Amino acid sequence: MAGEASTKPPADSEHHEAQTPPPGEPINLIAFCCNWCSYAGADLAGVSRLQYPPNVKIIRVMCTGRIEPEFLLHAFELGIDGVLVCGCHIGDCHYISGNEKAEVRINTLKKLMDMIGIDSRRLRLEWVSASEGTRFAETVKDFKEQIEKLGKNKIYIAQS
Amino acid sequence: MEKIGAVMIAGGGIAGMQSALDLADSGFKVYLVDSSPTIGGAMSQLDKTFPTNDCAMCIMAPKLVETGRHHNIELLTNSSIKDVKGEAGNFTIKVTKTARRVREDKCTGCGICTLFCPIEVPDSYNKGMKLRKAIYVRYPQAVPPTHTIDMEHCIGCGICESQCKANAIEYAQSDEERELNVGAIIVSPGFDEFNLELMRREYGFGLFPNVISSPQLERMLSATGPYRGLVLRPSDGKMPKKVAFIQCVGSRDRSIGNPYCSSVCCMFAIKEAVIAQEHNQGLQAHIFFMDMRAYGKEFDDYYIRAEQEHGILFTRNNRIADVSQDPKTQNLILNYIKDGEMKSEEFDLVVLSVGMVFPKDAKNLAEKFGINLNEFNFCDTDIFNPTSTNIPGIFVAGAFEAPKDIPGTVAQASGAAAHASALVSGQRDTLVVEKTFPEEIDIGGQDPRIGVFVCHCGINIGGVVDVPEVVEYVKTLPNVVYAEHNLYTCSQDTQEKIKQIAQEQNLNRVIVASCTPRTHGPLFQNTIRGAGLNPYLFEMANIRDQCSWVHMHEPDKATDKAKALVRMAVARARLLEPLPKSEIEISPSAIIIGGGVTGMNAALMIAEEGYDAYLIEKTDKLGGIVNRLHYGLRGEDIRKYLTELKSKIDSNDKIKVYLNTTLENFSGFVGNYEAELNVNGNKETLKTGVVIVATGGKEYKPEEYMYGEHDRILTQLEFGELLNEGKVKGKEFVMIQCVGSREEHRPYCSRICCTHAIKNALKIRELHPDSKVYILFKDMRTYGFREIYYEDATREGVLFIRFDNETKPKVSKDGDGIKIEVLDHFIQEDVALYPDYLILSPATLPNEGNYDLAQMLKVPLSKDKFFLEAHMKLRPVEFATEGVFLAGLAHSPKFFNECISEANAAVSRACTVLSKRIMEAYSAISVVDEFKCIGCGTCEEICEYHAPSLVEKGSGKLVSEINKALCKGCGACAVACCNGAITTLHFKNDQILSMVESAAEELKRESSKPAEEAQTGASTSGAD
Repeated sequence: MAGEASTKPPADSEHHEAQTPPPGEPINLIAFCCNWCSYAGADLAGVSRLQYPPNVKIIRVMCTGRIEPEFLLHAFELGIDGVLVCGCHIGDCHYISGNEKAEVRINTLKKLMDMIGIDSRRLRLEWVSASEGTRFAETVKDFKEQIEKLGKNKIYIAQS
Repeated sequence: MEKIGAVMIAGGGIAGMQSALDLADSGFKVYLVDSSPTIGGAMSQLDKTFPTNDCAMCIMAPKLVETGRHHNIELLTNSSIKDVKGEAGNFTIKVTKTARRVREDKCTGCGICTLFCPIEVPDSYNKGMKLRKAIYVRYPQAVPPTHTIDMEHCIGCGICESQCKANAIEYAQSDEERELNVGAIIVSPGFDEFNLELMRREYGFGLFPNVISSPQLERMLSATGPYRGLVLRPSDGKMPKKVAFIQCVGSRDRSIGNPYCSSVCCMFAIKEAVIAQEHNQGLQAHIFFMDMRAYGKEFDDYYIRAEQEHGILFTRNNRIADVSQDPKTQNLILNYIKDGEMKSEEFDLVVLSVGMVFPKDAKNLAEKFGINLNEFNFCDTDIFNPTSTNIPGIFVAGAFEAPKDIPGTVAQASGAAAHASALVSGQRDTLVVEKTFPEEIDIGGQDPRIGVFVCHCGINIGGVVDVPEVVEYVKTLPNVVYAEHNLYTCSQDTQEKIKQIAQEQNLNRVIVASCTPRTHGPLFQNTIRGAGLNPYLFEMANIRDQCSWVHMHEPDKATDKAKALVRMAVARARLLEPLPKSEIEISPSAIIIGGGVTGMNAALMIAEEGYDAYLIEKTDKLGGIVNRLHYGLRGEDIRKYLTELKSKIDSNDKIKVYLNTTLENFSGFVGNYEAELNVNGNKETLKTGVVIVATGGKEYKPEEYMYGEHDRILTQLEFGELLNEGKVKGKEFVMIQCVGSREEHRPYCSRICCTHAIKNALKIRELHPDSKVYILFKDMRTYGFREIYYEDATREGVLFIRFDNETKPKVSKDGDGIKIEVLDHFIQEDVALYPDYLILSPATLPNEGNYDLAQMLKVPLSKDKFFLEAHMKLRPVEFATEGVFLAGLAHSPKFFNECISEANAAVSRACTVLSKRIMEAYSAISVVDEFKCIGCGTCEEICEYHAPSLVEKGSGKLVSEINKALCKGCGACAVACCNGAITTLHFKNDQILSMVESAAEELKRESSKPAEEAQTGASTSGAD
């Protein structure tokens, strides 16, 4: 994180300050989960009582192929610190290829994010099947740690 | 005699409920009779189910509620059967409904009476470990929720009567006689537990307080049990550190009259051990077993995980002979043999894995119905008719037929339902009433009026999340006009309450904050339909599976998150719109893929139900793998059965058989599937309503033990054929089990091979009485009544030598003969055998074609490449894709009778679709705005279902049009449309964005303070 700050010349000192989250300020994450695999996987994490950080709130969509890049950008614009998109493993999509479409869109969006100054690591695409409760819980844990290292979402703080 | 379109089911456990729902959904009136005051049976007492650790009540509650509220199911609880007259197609049954002294039409199940009742008695639901009142309901989610006065203990003080606001108490209520007229009967009374008092001398049950039964432990593990999910020692309430499980108590024991295996206790014990270790930190479970019978789908994986990941200790032993107690500590001492040495070990708690015995009512039922019982007082059936009793028109399902697990029970229940409905199929729809919902309220122009119901789910949510606080918070949200909390929002009385409140408060959106919409969404949608609301005006917030259960140790944060989740639901609910329902016609026919015994039975049953069956077989003859079987375990004539089955199929004009045929392409949707066939190289297209996958499995060709290198090394099937032809000559025979099964790369058990080996071993002994037979095995898994034949084999002098993956037998050539070397664990010495024949018991493999077929049908495969059903416990014969079903070996290895049960079960489930003629279609699909569409065709290109197509409109403009029946509502086209012309209903952009915005809202509120601090910090540093 320190490296990230030093390689990029800070636009202003406020930005620089804002990068280090004040202690206790919660990281705010959302996860888009497809109805058939990942939402069920998240449920399984619950059934198996696998504990993960409460920072993440899940939004159910029928398929990751339904996710408009607009949803993701808007989330960052509103101050969400990280967005997780979880879908069926490639080949397992309930709608055959929705997850492949999502993958293409998200990879493109990540490039765009870097261009406009939102660290693309704030957006992560993961495949989680209905039987991978552990994978879901681990993913959330890992993602939260990663976002914590990145700090709060700058765009939003700059706006406020 | 005229046939009657109604069925009576005796026993309202999971079997009775499944049969009832199948029949009621296929156009028959059902009377569900249970001697208990509530339905739900034994499954209602379970905490978790193996091998998925699903919460039993969570998966069962929707079925309970559905059964309770079904307009074509009449519940007769607290009732017993007095008399049966008549014959198949028309029975008259006298039923006595014992007075519960509380009026079912008035009691709301509020439970106030139980608060005031002064009498406390041991609660049998909690196995005597908790107290209940003399007026009580069996369990919180009970259906019906009506309370009952236990007259044995009631002192008649009248306090409950004075406290009941609903005036439901009626002391003077008398027993009621009912006469039912039905066409068929299904008997499903379940099972009873072996009476452990009989083992008092051996294990001290009832004598030593810290010796408990496995069902008692199950209640301890349950959140609604005596200790809220903790395992505590009955003697001192302390947390036990060391817990021993003793297997086969009351099972596999001829000395007590139960020589059979109870089929479920091994897995039950592993599950309890895993959950107990989870609930009590530092608890070490130790299971003492004879054979580990993890024979079902993905059971062995569970067993391996329990040992390797959860660290549960397993010790193979002869049955533990006795348990003694240290009188000071009340700890228990077990003696056992490990690695050839006698050991003595102390435990804090001992759990007896109690066996299943016939239900108490068995003899009475047998007498009333005239049905035959087997020597152990279970219902007698044969392998060809696993759900038929000796009396035509009376069928059987569940544990009363033989000890079995839940999926086996559910499959039999559906199978029995198929027989019952086929018998009276001509009377379909004659006695049922149409399900009617009140006319939908037009909410156009109304501001959102949202009602929110927040669930405690017992302590599942309420134990972590501060539910009342959430409710108070919800009340402050815009457009929320009503909010309350419920102990169980899914219970039947709450459904009535939601309906009532929706009407009183003129709600036009309803939110339930509880568990997952995947299981409970449809239930609540139906509830609000009952209040005149469109089902799409319902929204759910998942504050259990995705909140309280995963943040158990952070109650404050979990409460905050629950608030946020409900707030997001409210934001979305505001924007929800009613969607019109569309209807689709159902083609009254079925395609059955696979012409083995499973497929043939399915085709025959479809025809008997009155629909057309197309039976597709890839080879040139019907019968599949059964063509290679000759006789059953009890000497049943399988050849004769197969010949008769073939001729029944040939003579049935509703069945069309396609030999040498494969499925080339498959499209469409429930009720309207289209299958492209390759029939002997010619193309043919079939239209059909449903599909049943019965593609079977195959025998593994061993690559080990020198198979193929010696003409007297054969597989069980090959040997069976030779034996049948009388070509076997020799004196010494060796069988090796688990060839290709239970290996690292193929960890599953093939289920049938142990019994197959026993069957052939007994046949060898019958034909060659002076021969010697050795069976080399890992575990003998002759579950259920098959155990009797294992016992017979032992008595016949068949020798059993155990090995494991580290000490596999070595096979080599000995001149022209065969040499086998194996370590005999018992004597701890290597032995060499020189048999005339080596017979290998190879694994049952999934078909290679499964992958392609799964892709074509768009259904999943399990990790072992068998087809994966919609739910491992409660939906064993159907896929999540509507109208596609499965049965037999395609699902996992299984026995002949199990395949037949499943074939009929798949038909029964299929009939819930076929009997409809017109079905309501999914409404949350994508629609095109003609004015925005520029006719670019991107949607047409991207859609996997070919739902959109470009059509020319009046002005000559090309626009996209989406076929409602083909659209699955995935929303890919909406995202792809460059002009925003496509909207995915129920998942519209603004509906999703509102949730994102609402999720971010919290940040604004919560971060306002820290952000200020940050600014202050910045200025301070600036000053520096």
